[in-house]
Amino acid sequence: MIRFTPEQIAARCAQDIPDGAYVNLGIGMPTEVANHVPAGREVIYHSENGVLGFGTAPEPGTEDPDLINASKQYITMQPGGAFFHQADSFGMMRGGHIDISVLGAFQIAANGDLANWSTGSEIYPPAVGGAMDLAVGAKQLFVITRHTHKDGTPKLVERCSYPLTGASVVSRIYTDLAVIDITDNGFQVIEMHGENSLDEVQQLTGARLLPPA
Amino acid sequence: MVNKIVDSINEAIGPISDGATVMCGGFGSSGIAFNLLDALLEQGARELTIIANNAGVGETGVAKLLREHRVAKVICSYPRSPGSIWFERRYEERAIDLELVPQGTLAERIRAAGAGLGGFYTPTGYGTELAKGKRTEVIDGVGYVFERPLAADVALLKASQGDRWGNLVYHTTARNFNPIMATAATTVIAEVSEIVELGALDPESVVTPGIFLDRVIEVDQVFV
Repeated sequence: MIRFTPEQIAARCAQDIPDGAYVNLGIGMPTEVANHVPAGREVIYHSENGVLGFGTAPEPGTEDPDLINASKQYITMQPGGAFFHQADSFGMMRGGHIDISVLGAFQIAANGDLANWSTGSEIYPPAVGGAMDLAVGAKQLFVITRHTHKDGTPKLVERCSYPLTGASVVSRIYTDLAVIDITDNGFQVIEMHGENSLDEVQQLTGARLLPPA
Repeated sequence: MVNKIVDSINEAIGPISDGATVMCGGFGSSGIAFNLLDALLEQGARELTIIANNAGVGETGVAKLLREHRVAKVICSYPRSPGSIWFERRYEERAIDLELVPQGTLAERIRAAGAGLGGFYTPTGYGTELAKGKRTEVIDGVGYVFERPLAADVALLKASQGDRWGNLVYHTTARNFNPIMATAATTVIAEVSEIVELGALDPESVVTPGIFLDRVIEVDQVFV
């Protein structure tokens, strides 16, 4: 089977970020999307800690220790960028001003439910951050994830067993095997990477996949 | 004459009683009042409730308070981060209570307290475990959760510049929770990298007006 690397998944997602979009990238793999947006598109990135219009990572030695993104990585500002406090930052999310949010996931259900903040463990502490605000507020929610957990169990399932981040919030899923939309009828395959067959991908999925048109 | 500038860090932190609720500005390691947090540790208050986005990493700030058993409860959105060993240890030992709050709800609850509001309805968390036991309402077809205001006894802030009236400006993303926490605590204390003459800050650009501040101290910046 063809399995995309995290970088390839991010690059595929980046193709769907249109010119002029206001985009929030979540912690981890989603951050990589910014490195692959096709040239010529002007995308304005929002980070929950209170910044719009940030750019690439700084050259080593030129970091501003106060200037970071949600992943706590150093960033630089683009001309036109702005700073604001947390209440404004999350007002932008809940208020529907962010066009696209890209998040990671523990599980996604066929109805668009997302679980990505808690494994329900008594010992391992949960961490929600801005995920629930992004889930309800962004106009479109993209998920970037491996198709299965490390042990091979599906992340795409009929019903999430982990606690939900948001109900019916995901629009599109980019995995290492395929691109899949959430529709009224469930998981709709948009495309499969390389020569991957529907049967192969279906075997690693916990709910029915609708074949690509 | 109004003069909120104090000369020593001990004078800045002042008396903080056992059981106090303390808001700490910051996101990641940006915008944290490390000098004031060290002074709080030195001062000795116990059974603290800490309100902050994160629960401290390494051996700095809130992590040190957790290490020294000064914290009874943490109210935050993202306590688990790479290096948050003291939070994780105390959580595993069940030595602390954790109130996990979605980040935007945490910010808005603080803002509500500072703005004199009795709470608000938010769509964030509706239908999730974090809304359990809370009042809900469907408004124009959208589900909302009622969230209460969140105030504190003390807020510890970091800013880049301040003046004797307590006006503050911040540096880049070190702004984060600081301006809203400034509005929501009984006693508000800021450490600043530079104290400037009254009138030096452009009134158009002041982010936190001095009315919210009680004490301002100039410190050497600490980065971790």
